[in-house]
Amino acid sequence: MSQQTQAKTFEVEKIREDFPILNRKVNGYPLVYFDNAATAQTPKQVMDAIVDYYSNYNANIHRGVHSLSQEATDKYEQARIKIQKHFNAEKAHEIIFTSGTTHGINLVANGFSSLLSEGDEILVSAMEHHSNIVPWQMLCEKTGAKLKVIPMDENGELIYSEFEKLIGPATTLVFLNHVSNALGTVNPIKRIIDKAHSAGAAVLIDGAQAAPHIKADVQELDVDFYVVSAHKMCGPTGVGVLYGKEEWLEKLPPYQGGGEMIATVSFEKTTYAGLPHKFEAGTPNICGGIAFGAALDYMNNIGFKEIAAYEHELLDYATTKLKEIEGMKIYGEAAEKTAVISFNIEGLHPYDLGTLLDKMGIAVRTGHHCAQPVMDFFKIPGTVRASFSFYNTFHEIDLFIEGVKKAKMMLQ
Amino acid sequence: MTIQEKQQEVIDEFSMFDDWMQRYEYMIELGKSLPLIDEKYKIDENLIKGCQSKVWVHAELEGDRLVFTADSDAIITKGIVAILIRVFSDQHPAEIIEADTQFIDEIGLKEHLSPTRANGLVSMIKQLKMYAVAYQTQLN
Repeated sequence: MSQQTQAKTFEVEKIREDFPILNRKVNGYPLVYFDNAATAQTPKQVMDAIVDYYSNYNANIHRGVHSLSQEATDKYEQARIKIQKHFNAEKAHEIIFTSGTTHGINLVANGFSSLLSEGDEILVSAMEHHSNIVPWQMLCEKTGAKLKVIPMDENGELIYSEFEKLIGPATTLVFLNHVSNALGTVNPIKRIIDKAHSAGAAVLIDGAQAAPHIKADVQELDVDFYVVSAHKMCGPTGVGVLYGKEEWLEKLPPYQGGGEMIATVSFEKTTYAGLPHKFEAGTPNICGGIAFGAALDYMNNIGFKEIAAYEHELLDYATTKLKEIEGMKIYGEAAEKTAVISFNIEGLHPYDLGTLLDKMGIAVRTGHHCAQPVMDFFKIPGTVRASFSFYNTFHEIDLFIEGVKKAKMMLQ
Repeated sequence: MTIQEKQQEVIDEFSMFDDWMQRYEYMIELGKSLPLIDEKYKIDENLIKGCQSKVWVHAELEGDRLVFTADSDAIITKGIVAILIRVFSDQHPAEIIEADTQFIDEIGLKEHLSPTRANGLVSMIKQLKMYAVAYQTQLN
Protein backbone atom coordinates (compact mmCIF):
# COMPACT_ATOMS: atom_id res chain seq x y z
CA MET A 1 0.00 0.00 0.00
CA SER A 2 1.45 3.30 -1.06
CA GLN A 3 -0.27 5.07 1.84
CA GLN A 4 1.50 2.98 4.37
CA THR A 5 4.84 3.42 2.66
CA GLN A 6 4.27 7.14 2.66
CA ALA A 7 3.22 7.08 6.31
CA LYS A 8 6.33 5.11 7.19
CA THR A 9 8.76 7.34 5.38
CA PHE A 10 6.99 10.31 6.91
CA GLU A 11 7.41 8.87 10.42
CA VAL A 12 4.15 10.23 11.68
CA GLU A 13 4.32 8.21 14.89
CA LYS A 14 7.60 9.85 15.78
CA ILE A 15 6.15 13.26 15.02
CA ARG A 16 3.15 12.54 17.24
CA GLU A 17 5.47 12.12 20.20
CA ASP A 18 6.12 15.85 19.97
CA PHE A 19 2.45 16.63 20.61
CA PRO A 20 1.45 15.68 24.16
CA ILE A 21 -2.17 16.69 23.60
CA LEU A 22 -2.63 13.91 21.06
CA ASN A 23 -2.44 11.37 23.89
CA ARG A 24 -5.42 12.67 25.75
CA LYS A 25 -8.87 11.19 25.87
CA VAL A 26 -12.05 13.12 25.21
CA ASN A 27 -15.36 11.78 26.49
CA GLY A 28 -13.64 8.49 27.18
CA TYR A 29 -12.29 8.07 23.64
CA PRO A 30 -8.81 8.78 22.29
CA LEU A 31 -8.80 12.28 20.85
CA VAL A 32 -9.04 12.55 17.07
CA TYR A 33 -8.25 16.17 16.35
CA PHE A 34 -9.56 17.26 12.95
CA ASP A 35 -10.06 20.95 13.63
CA ASN A 36 -6.59 21.93 12.51
CA ALA A 37 -7.81 24.64 10.15
CA ALA A 38 -9.08 26.53 13.21
CA THR A 39 -6.09 25.97 15.48
CA ALA A 40 -3.20 23.57 15.01
CA GLN A 41 -1.70 21.78 17.99
CA THR A 42 1.56 22.81 19.58
CA PRO A 43 4.68 20.63 19.68
CA LYS A 44 6.93 20.35 22.74
CA GLN A 45 9.64 22.31 20.94
CA VAL A 46 7.38 25.37 20.80
CA MET A 47 6.26 24.91 24.41
CA ASP A 48 9.93 24.70 25.38
CA ALA A 49 10.59 28.04 23.69
CA ILE A 50 7.72 29.57 25.69
CA VAL A 51 8.97 28.12 28.98
CA ASP A 52 12.54 29.19 28.14
CA TYR A 53 11.40 32.74 27.55
CA TYR A 54 9.56 33.06 30.86
CA SER A 55 12.21 31.09 32.77
CA ASN A 56 15.26 32.91 31.49
CA TYR A 57 14.84 36.23 29.74
CA ASN A 58 11.35 37.68 30.19
CA ALA A 59 11.80 41.43 29.77
CA ASN A 60 10.56 44.30 27.68
CA ILE A 61 12.26 44.75 24.34
CA HIS A 62 13.94 47.61 22.50
CA ARG A 63 14.13 49.76 25.62
CA GLY A 64 16.22 48.46 28.44
CA VAL A 65 19.94 48.85 28.87
CA HIS A 66 19.96 45.72 30.97
CA SER A 67 20.99 42.29 29.76
CA LEU A 68 17.63 40.56 29.95
CA SER A 69 16.01 43.22 27.80
CA GLN A 70 18.83 42.88 25.29
CA GLU A 71 18.47 39.10 25.20
CA ALA A 72 14.72 39.34 24.72
CA THR A 73 15.19 41.92 21.97
CA ASP A 74 17.76 39.74 20.21
CA LYS A 75 15.54 36.67 20.33
CA TYR A 76 12.50 38.62 19.16
CA GLU A 77 14.41 40.11 16.25
CA GLN A 78 15.89 36.72 15.43
CA ALA A 79 12.34 35.39 15.21
CA ARG A 80 11.49 38.19 12.79
CA ILE A 81 14.42 37.17 10.61
CA LYS A 82 13.33 33.52 10.72
CA ILE A 83 9.90 34.59 9.53
CA GLN A 84 11.43 36.83 6.88
CA LYS A 85 13.51 33.93 5.57
CA HIS A 86 10.59 31.54 5.70
CA PHE A 87 8.45 33.76 3.48
CA ASN A 88 11.48 34.97 1.56
CA ALA A 89 10.80 38.65 2.22
CA GLU A 90 13.52 40.91 0.93
CA LYS A 91 13.90 42.84 4.19
CA ALA A 92 13.31 41.97 7.85
CA HIS A 93 11.44 45.21 8.48
CA GLU A 94 8.85 44.17 5.93
CA ILE A 95 7.68 41.68 8.56
CA ILE A 96 5.30 43.34 11.03
CA PHE A 97 4.29 41.39 14.10
CA THR A 98 0.53 41.43 14.67
CA SER A 99 -1.94 39.68 16.95
CA GLY A 100 -2.99 37.52 14.00
CA THR A 101 -4.43 37.59 10.50
CA THR A 102 -7.45 39.70 11.43
CA HIS A 103 -5.20 42.34 12.96
CA GLY A 104 -3.02 42.36 9.84
CA ILE A 105 -6.00 42.85 7.55
CA ASN A 106 -7.40 45.63 9.71
CA LEU A 107 -4.03 47.34 9.78
CA VAL A 108 -3.91 47.44 5.98
CA ALA A 109 -7.59 48.37 5.63
CA ASN A 110 -7.15 51.21 8.08
CA GLY A 111 -4.07 52.40 6.24
CA PHE A 112 -5.90 52.45 2.94
CA SER A 113 -8.71 54.57 4.32
CA SER A 114 -6.54 57.63 3.75
CA LEU A 115 -5.53 56.51 0.26
CA LEU A 116 -8.94 55.66 -1.19
CA SER A 117 -11.56 57.95 -2.56
CA GLU A 118 -15.05 57.71 -3.99
CA GLY A 119 -15.17 55.80 -7.23
CA ASP A 120 -12.32 53.50 -6.28
CA GLU A 121 -13.14 49.81 -6.42
CA ILE A 122 -12.10 46.97 -4.18
CA LEU A 123 -12.36 43.34 -5.29
CA VAL A 124 -12.83 40.48 -2.85
CA SER A 125 -13.52 36.85 -3.61
CA ALA A 126 -16.81 35.10 -2.90
CA MET A 127 -15.08 32.64 -0.60
CA GLU A 128 -13.66 35.01 1.98
CA HIS A 129 -13.63 34.62 5.74
CA HIS A 130 -15.66 37.31 7.49
CA SER A 131 -12.38 38.85 8.64
CA ASN A 132 -11.60 39.57 5.01
CA ILE A 133 -15.03 41.00 4.21
CA VAL A 134 -16.03 43.16 7.14
CA PRO A 135 -12.91 45.39 7.30
CA TRP A 136 -13.33 46.20 3.60
CA GLN A 137 -17.02 46.93 4.01
CA MET A 138 -16.11 49.30 6.82
CA LEU A 139 -13.43 50.82 4.62
CA CYS A 140 -15.94 51.32 1.79
CA GLU A 141 -18.42 52.97 4.14
CA LYS A 142 -15.72 55.36 5.26
CA THR A 143 -14.29 56.24 1.86
CA GLY A 144 -17.15 55.78 -0.59
CA ALA A 145 -15.19 53.11 -2.45
CA LYS A 146 -17.15 50.22 -3.94
CA LEU A 147 -16.81 46.56 -2.96
CA LYS A 148 -17.10 44.06 -5.81
CA VAL A 149 -17.13 40.30 -5.52
CA ILE A 150 -15.29 37.76 -7.68
CA PRO A 151 -17.78 34.88 -8.02
CA MET A 152 -17.03 31.16 -7.65
CA ASP A 153 -18.44 28.04 -9.28
CA GLU A 154 -20.02 24.85 -7.89
CA ASN A 155 -16.62 23.25 -7.34
CA GLY A 156 -15.66 26.13 -5.10
CA GLU A 157 -13.21 27.61 -7.60
CA LEU A 158 -13.02 31.29 -8.46
CA ILE A 159 -14.23 32.11 -11.96
CA TYR A 160 -11.13 33.72 -13.40
CA SER A 161 -12.88 35.08 -16.48
CA GLU A 162 -15.28 36.99 -14.19
CA PHE A 163 -12.32 38.41 -12.31
CA GLU A 164 -10.89 39.64 -15.61
CA LYS A 165 -14.17 41.38 -16.33
CA LEU A 166 -14.32 43.01 -12.90
CA ILE A 167 -10.81 44.35 -12.76
CA GLY A 168 -10.20 47.70 -14.39
CA PRO A 169 -8.65 51.12 -14.00
CA ALA A 170 -10.92 51.90 -11.01
CA THR A 171 -9.68 48.83 -9.09
CA THR A 172 -7.39 49.98 -6.31
CA LEU A 173 -7.17 46.84 -4.22
CA VAL A 174 -7.73 43.13 -4.59
CA PHE A 175 -8.14 40.95 -1.51
CA LEU A 176 -8.50 37.25 -1.40
CA ASN A 177 -7.44 34.24 0.52
CA HIS A 178 -4.67 31.99 -0.70
CA VAL A 179 -6.72 29.04 0.54
CA SER A 180 -10.41 29.10 1.46
CA ASN A 181 -11.04 28.20 5.09
CA ALA A 182 -14.49 26.78 4.38
CA LEU A 183 -13.64 24.78 1.25
CA GLY A 184 -9.88 24.28 1.14
CA THR A 185 -9.64 25.65 -2.42
CA VAL A 186 -6.16 26.85 -3.36
CA ASN A 187 -6.67 30.04 -5.35
CA PRO A 188 -4.49 30.90 -8.36
CA ILE A 189 -3.01 33.87 -6.57
CA LYS A 190 0.04 34.36 -8.78
CA ARG A 191 -2.16 34.80 -11.83
CA ILE A 192 -4.45 37.15 -9.94
CA ILE A 193 -1.58 39.21 -8.53
CA ASP A 194 -0.02 39.66 -11.98
CA LYS A 195 -3.32 40.66 -13.52
CA ALA A 196 -4.10 43.06 -10.66
CA HIS A 197 -0.68 44.68 -10.96
CA SER A 198 -1.10 45.17 -14.67
CA ALA A 199 -4.30 47.07 -13.86
CA GLY A 200 -2.45 49.14 -11.26
CA ALA A 201 -4.12 47.55 -8.21
CA ALA A 202 -2.45 46.40 -4.99
CA VAL A 203 -3.08 42.88 -3.67
CA LEU A 204 -3.47 41.58 -0.14
CA ILE A 205 -3.47 37.82 0.29
CA ASP A 206 -4.91 36.24 3.41
CA GLY A 207 -2.50 33.37 3.90
CA ALA A 208 -3.95 32.08 7.19
CA GLN A 209 -5.18 28.79 5.72
CA ALA A 210 -2.37 28.37 3.22
CA ALA A 211 0.61 28.96 5.47
CA PRO A 212 0.36 25.64 7.39
CA HIS A 213 0.55 23.71 4.09
CA ILE A 214 2.22 25.86 1.45
CA LYS A 215 5.40 27.86 1.86
CA ALA A 216 4.65 31.13 0.14
CA ASP A 217 7.53 33.05 -1.46
CA VAL A 218 6.38 36.66 -1.27
CA GLN A 219 9.02 37.92 -3.70
CA GLU A 220 8.24 35.31 -6.30
CA LEU A 221 4.52 35.99 -5.88
CA ASP A 222 5.27 39.73 -6.02
CA VAL A 223 2.41 40.14 -3.53
CA ASP A 224 1.97 43.51 -1.84
CA PHE A 225 0.66 42.21 1.48
CA TYR A 226 0.49 38.70 2.91
CA VAL A 227 -1.01 37.96 6.34
CA VAL A 228 -0.81 34.87 8.52
CA SER A 229 -1.52 33.64 12.06
CA ALA A 230 0.90 31.60 14.17
CA HIS A 231 -1.76 29.40 15.77
CA LYS A 232 -2.51 27.68 12.47
CA MET A 233 1.18 26.79 12.13
CA CYS A 234 1.86 25.04 15.44
CA GLY A 235 2.56 28.37 17.13
CA PRO A 236 0.73 30.09 19.97
CA THR A 237 -2.56 32.00 19.67
CA GLY A 238 -2.60 35.79 19.59
CA VAL A 239 0.33 36.34 17.27
CA GLY A 240 0.83 36.58 13.54
CA VAL A 241 2.58 38.64 10.93
CA LEU A 242 1.81 41.03 8.17
CA TYR A 243 4.27 41.02 5.30
CA GLY A 244 4.15 44.22 3.34
CA LYS A 245 6.38 45.53 0.58
CA GLU A 246 8.54 48.28 2.00
CA GLU A 247 7.15 50.89 -0.39
CA TRP A 248 3.60 50.11 0.72
CA LEU A 249 4.40 50.04 4.42
CA GLU A 250 6.12 53.40 4.06
CA LYS A 251 3.02 54.80 2.39
CA LEU A 252 0.49 53.58 4.95
CA PRO A 253 -0.06 55.67 8.08
CA PRO A 254 0.41 53.99 11.49
CA TYR A 255 -2.54 51.99 12.79
CA GLN A 256 -2.25 52.48 16.52
CA GLY A 257 -0.46 55.12 18.51
CA GLY A 258 1.61 54.36 21.58
CA GLY A 259 5.05 53.49 22.81
CA GLU A 260 7.54 51.75 20.56
CA MET A 261 6.12 53.31 17.35
CA ILE A 262 7.52 56.81 17.81
CA ALA A 263 10.81 58.53 17.04
CA THR A 264 10.21 61.74 19.00
CA VAL A 265 7.22 62.99 20.94
CA SER A 266 6.33 66.47 22.03
CA PHE A 267 2.87 67.96 22.52
CA GLU A 268 3.36 69.90 19.30
CA LYS A 269 4.43 67.04 17.09
CA THR A 270 5.29 63.39 17.14
CA THR A 271 7.44 61.79 14.51
CA TYR A 272 6.97 58.11 13.85
CA ALA A 273 9.55 55.43 14.09
CA GLY A 274 10.72 53.66 10.98
CA LEU A 275 9.64 50.20 9.88
CA PRO A 276 8.69 47.85 11.42
CA HIS A 277 8.21 49.76 14.68
CA LYS A 278 5.82 52.28 13.14
CA PHE A 279 3.20 49.50 13.14
CA GLU A 280 4.16 47.87 16.42
CA ALA A 281 2.81 50.21 19.08
CA GLY A 282 3.04 49.12 22.69
CA THR A 283 4.68 46.07 24.20
CA PRO A 284 4.16 43.27 21.69
CA ASN A 285 3.53 39.58 22.30
CA ILE A 286 7.27 39.01 22.72
CA CYS A 287 7.06 35.42 23.82
CA GLY A 288 4.49 34.73 21.09
CA GLY A 289 6.77 36.12 18.39
CA ILE A 290 9.70 34.04 19.59
CA ALA A 291 7.49 30.93 19.82
CA PHE A 292 6.24 31.57 16.29
CA GLY A 293 9.86 31.46 15.16
CA ALA A 294 10.28 28.14 16.98
CA ALA A 295 7.14 26.79 15.29
CA LEU A 296 8.51 27.68 11.86
CA ASP A 297 11.79 25.95 12.75
CA TYR A 298 9.81 22.89 13.77
CA MET A 299 7.76 22.76 10.58
CA ASN A 300 10.72 23.52 8.30
CA ASN A 301 12.64 20.78 10.00
CA ILE A 302 9.98 18.31 8.89
CA GLY A 303 9.76 20.03 5.52
CA PHE A 304 6.81 21.73 3.87
CA LYS A 305 7.01 19.55 0.78
CA GLU A 306 6.91 16.43 2.92
CA ILE A 307 4.04 17.86 4.98
CA ALA A 308 2.01 18.75 1.89
CA ALA A 309 2.58 15.34 0.29
CA TYR A 310 1.53 13.45 3.41
CA GLU A 311 -1.50 15.66 4.02
CA HIS A 312 -2.64 15.07 0.45
CA GLU A 313 -2.53 11.34 1.03
CA LEU A 314 -4.71 11.87 4.11
CA LEU A 315 -7.07 14.09 2.13
CA ASP A 316 -7.45 11.63 -0.75
CA TYR A 317 -7.97 8.72 1.61
CA ALA A 318 -10.61 10.54 3.68
CA THR A 319 -12.39 11.90 0.59
CA THR A 320 -12.66 8.44 -0.96
CA LYS A 321 -13.92 6.91 2.29
CA LEU A 322 -16.45 9.68 2.93
CA LYS A 323 -17.84 9.41 -0.59
CA GLU A 324 -18.74 5.77 0.09
CA ILE A 325 -21.28 6.99 2.65
CA GLU A 326 -24.77 7.33 1.24
CA GLY A 327 -26.12 10.87 1.02
CA MET A 328 -22.65 12.39 1.32
CA LYS A 329 -22.19 15.82 -0.22
CA ILE A 330 -18.73 17.36 -0.22
CA TYR A 331 -18.52 21.13 -0.73
CA GLY A 332 -15.49 22.39 -2.55
CA GLU A 333 -13.90 19.96 -4.94
CA ALA A 334 -11.37 22.24 -6.51
CA ALA A 335 -8.60 20.57 -8.47
CA GLU A 336 -6.12 22.06 -6.07
CA LYS A 337 -7.05 22.05 -2.40
CA THR A 338 -5.50 21.67 1.03
CA ALA A 339 -6.40 18.95 3.54
CA VAL A 340 -9.86 20.29 4.35
CA ILE A 341 -13.17 18.52 3.73
CA SER A 342 -16.41 20.40 4.17
CA PHE A 343 -19.42 18.13 3.97
CA ASN A 344 -23.02 17.38 4.85
CA ILE A 345 -25.08 14.21 4.82
CA GLU A 346 -28.45 14.52 3.18
CA GLY A 347 -31.19 15.18 5.73
CA LEU A 348 -28.81 15.68 8.65
CA HIS A 349 -27.92 18.92 10.36
CA PRO A 350 -24.16 19.55 10.66
CA TYR A 351 -24.64 20.47 14.30
CA ASP A 352 -26.08 17.02 15.10
CA LEU A 353 -23.22 15.26 13.34
CA GLY A 354 -20.63 17.42 15.10
CA THR A 355 -22.23 16.86 18.51
CA LEU A 356 -22.22 13.08 18.16
CA LEU A 357 -18.67 13.03 16.76
CA ASP A 358 -17.57 15.01 19.79
CA LYS A 359 -19.14 12.38 22.03
CA MET A 360 -16.80 9.92 20.29
CA GLY A 361 -13.75 12.09 20.92
CA ILE A 362 -13.60 13.42 17.36
CA ALA A 363 -13.10 17.17 17.07
CA VAL A 364 -14.46 18.76 13.90
CA ARG A 365 -15.81 22.20 13.20
CA THR A 366 -19.48 22.70 12.39
CA GLY A 367 -21.34 25.79 11.31
CA HIS A 368 -20.76 28.47 8.72
CA HIS A 369 -16.99 28.72 9.38
CA CYS A 370 -17.19 32.52 9.40
CA ALA A 371 -17.91 32.35 5.69
CA GLN A 372 -21.65 32.90 5.47
CA PRO A 373 -21.51 34.03 1.82
CA VAL A 374 -20.04 30.61 0.93
CA MET A 375 -22.86 28.86 2.81
CA ASP A 376 -25.44 31.08 1.09
CA PHE A 377 -23.91 30.15 -2.27
CA PHE A 378 -24.53 26.46 -1.57
CA LYS A 379 -27.88 27.30 0.15
CA ILE A 380 -26.97 25.50 3.36
CA PRO A 381 -26.86 26.64 7.00
CA GLY A 382 -23.41 25.20 7.47
CA THR A 383 -21.21 22.17 7.03
CA VAL A 384 -19.12 19.75 9.02
CA ARG A 385 -15.48 20.54 8.37
CA ALA A 386 -12.72 18.05 8.97
CA SER A 387 -9.25 19.48 8.50
CA PHE A 388 -6.10 17.41 8.70
CA SER A 389 -2.59 18.13 9.78
CA PHE A 390 0.69 16.31 9.29
CA TYR A 391 0.41 14.68 12.73
CA ASN A 392 -2.90 12.99 11.87
CA THR A 393 -2.98 9.36 10.77
CA PHE A 394 -4.88 7.05 8.45
CA HIS A 395 -6.06 5.20 11.52
CA GLU A 396 -7.62 8.42 12.84
CA ILE A 397 -9.42 8.83 9.54
CA ASP A 398 -10.79 5.31 9.93
CA LEU A 399 -12.07 6.22 13.41
CA PHE A 400 -13.61 9.37 11.98
CA ILE A 401 -15.34 7.48 9.16
CA GLU A 402 -16.70 4.93 11.64
CA GLY A 403 -17.86 7.83 13.82
CA VAL A 404 -19.65 9.51 10.93
CA LYS A 405 -21.38 6.24 10.05
CA LYS A 406 -22.42 5.64 13.65
CA ALA A 407 -23.73 9.19 14.02
CA LYS A 408 -25.65 8.86 10.77
CA MET A 409 -27.25 5.64 11.98
CA MET A 410 -28.29 7.26 15.24
CA LEU A 411 -29.74 10.32 13.57
CA GLN A 412 -31.73 8.63 10.83
CA MET B 1 -48.03 17.12 37.61
CA THR B 2 -45.81 19.81 39.05
CA ILE B 3 -42.59 20.88 37.40
CA GLN B 4 -40.72 19.06 40.15
CA GLU B 5 -42.60 15.82 39.48
CA LYS B 6 -42.04 16.10 35.75
CA GLN B 7 -38.33 16.68 36.32
CA GLN B 8 -38.19 13.58 38.49
CA GLU B 9 -39.93 11.62 35.77
CA VAL B 10 -37.30 12.67 33.23
CA ILE B 11 -34.50 11.85 35.69
CA ASP B 12 -35.98 8.38 36.25
CA GLU B 13 -36.20 7.72 32.53
CA PHE B 14 -32.61 8.80 31.89
CA SER B 15 -31.32 6.75 34.83
CA MET B 16 -32.09 3.61 32.83
CA PHE B 17 -29.33 4.34 30.35
CA ASP B 18 -25.75 3.28 30.95
CA ASP B 19 -23.95 5.20 28.26
CA TRP B 20 -24.06 8.36 26.23
CA MET B 21 -25.24 6.58 23.10
CA GLN B 22 -28.44 5.37 24.71
CA ARG B 23 -29.03 8.82 26.19
CA TYR B 24 -28.57 10.52 22.87
CA GLU B 25 -30.66 7.96 21.03
CA TYR B 26 -33.45 8.64 23.51
CA MET B 27 -33.05 12.39 23.05
CA ILE B 28 -33.29 11.93 19.30
CA GLU B 29 -36.52 9.95 19.84
CA LEU B 30 -37.85 12.72 22.07
CA GLY B 31 -36.94 15.23 19.41
CA LYS B 32 -39.12 13.41 16.95
CA SER B 33 -42.09 13.57 19.35
CA LEU B 34 -41.79 17.32 20.03
CA PRO B 35 -45.16 19.14 19.90
CA LEU B 36 -44.47 21.06 16.74
CA ILE B 37 -44.88 24.77 16.50
CA ASP B 38 -47.42 26.06 14.00
CA GLU B 39 -45.56 27.04 10.79
CA LYS B 40 -46.89 30.59 11.12
CA TYR B 41 -44.89 31.02 14.33
CA LYS B 42 -41.61 29.99 12.71
CA ILE B 43 -40.59 33.58 12.36
CA ASP B 44 -37.44 35.45 13.28
CA GLU B 45 -39.02 36.97 16.39
CA ASN B 46 -39.48 33.48 17.81
CA LEU B 47 -35.92 32.43 16.99
CA ILE B 48 -33.63 31.88 19.94
CA LYS B 49 -30.27 33.56 19.58
CA GLY B 50 -27.07 31.80 20.51
CA CYS B 51 -27.74 28.44 18.90
CA GLN B 52 -25.77 26.97 16.01
CA SER B 53 -29.01 25.34 14.93
CA LYS B 54 -32.25 27.25 14.56
CA VAL B 55 -34.71 27.00 17.46
CA TRP B 56 -38.15 28.55 17.42
CA VAL B 57 -40.30 28.69 20.54
CA HIS B 58 -43.85 29.95 20.76
CA ALA B 59 -45.78 30.49 24.00
CA GLU B 60 -49.51 30.80 24.51
CA LEU B 61 -51.69 31.12 27.60
CA GLU B 62 -54.41 28.52 28.07
CA GLY B 63 -56.33 29.69 31.09
CA ASP B 64 -53.69 30.43 33.68
CA ARG B 65 -51.21 28.00 32.17
CA LEU B 66 -48.46 28.67 29.70
CA VAL B 67 -48.17 26.23 26.79
CA PHE B 68 -45.01 26.03 24.69
CA THR B 69 -44.52 24.69 21.20
CA ALA B 70 -41.17 24.62 19.44
CA ASP B 71 -39.10 23.32 16.57
CA SER B 72 -35.50 23.13 15.52
CA ASP B 73 -33.69 22.23 12.32
CA ALA B 74 -31.29 19.98 14.27
CA ILE B 75 -32.60 16.82 15.85
CA ILE B 76 -30.46 16.79 19.01
CA THR B 77 -31.43 20.37 19.70
CA LYS B 78 -35.03 19.32 19.14
CA GLY B 79 -34.57 16.61 21.75
CA ILE B 80 -33.22 19.11 24.26
CA VAL B 81 -36.12 21.49 23.59
CA ALA B 82 -38.55 18.58 23.88
CA ILE B 83 -37.26 17.79 27.36
CA LEU B 84 -37.53 21.43 28.41
CA ILE B 85 -41.02 21.74 27.03
CA ARG B 86 -42.16 18.54 28.64
CA VAL B 87 -41.05 19.92 32.00
CA PHE B 88 -42.09 23.53 31.65
CA SER B 89 -45.11 23.52 29.37
CA ASP B 90 -48.66 23.58 30.71
CA GLN B 91 -47.57 25.16 33.98
CA HIS B 92 -48.44 28.38 35.73
CA PRO B 93 -46.00 31.15 34.70
CA ALA B 94 -45.08 31.77 38.35
CA GLU B 95 -43.99 28.13 38.68
CA ILE B 96 -41.90 28.37 35.52
CA ILE B 97 -40.15 31.48 36.78
CA GLU B 98 -39.33 29.80 40.09
CA ALA B 99 -38.23 26.41 38.71
CA ASP B 100 -34.59 25.39 38.91
CA THR B 101 -32.88 23.40 36.14
CA GLN B 102 -30.82 21.07 38.27
CA PHE B 103 -32.33 18.06 36.47
CA ILE B 104 -30.34 18.83 33.31
CA ASP B 105 -27.23 18.02 35.31
CA GLU B 106 -28.76 14.85 36.68
CA ILE B 107 -29.69 13.43 33.29
CA GLY B 108 -26.10 13.73 32.11
CA LEU B 109 -26.52 16.74 29.86
CA LYS B 110 -24.51 19.06 32.04
CA GLU B 111 -22.08 19.73 29.19
CA HIS B 112 -24.91 21.47 27.36
CA LEU B 113 -25.40 23.88 30.24
CA SER B 114 -22.19 25.78 29.68
CA PRO B 115 -23.09 29.28 28.57
CA THR B 116 -20.45 29.13 25.86
CA ARG B 117 -21.85 25.95 24.35
CA ALA B 118 -23.01 26.62 20.83
CA ASN B 119 -26.35 24.84 21.22
CA GLY B 120 -27.73 27.57 23.42
CA LEU B 121 -29.51 25.44 26.04
CA VAL B 122 -28.97 28.29 28.45
CA SER B 123 -30.56 30.69 25.98
CA MET B 124 -33.52 28.35 25.59
CA ILE B 125 -34.16 28.21 29.34
CA LYS B 126 -33.79 31.95 29.56
CA GLN B 127 -36.29 32.39 26.74
CA LEU B 128 -38.88 30.09 28.35
CA LYS B 129 -38.54 31.99 31.61
CA MET B 130 -38.82 35.33 29.83
CA TYR B 131 -42.09 34.20 28.26
CA ALA B 132 -43.24 33.21 31.75
CA VAL B 133 -42.33 36.61 33.13
CA ALA B 134 -44.17 38.35 30.30
CA TYR B 135 -47.33 36.27 30.72
CA GLN B 136 -47.17 36.50 34.51
CA THR B 137 -47.58 40.26 34.29
CA GLN B 138 -50.49 39.70 31.91
CA LEU B 139 -52.17 37.40 34.44
CA ASN B 140 -51.69 39.95 37.19
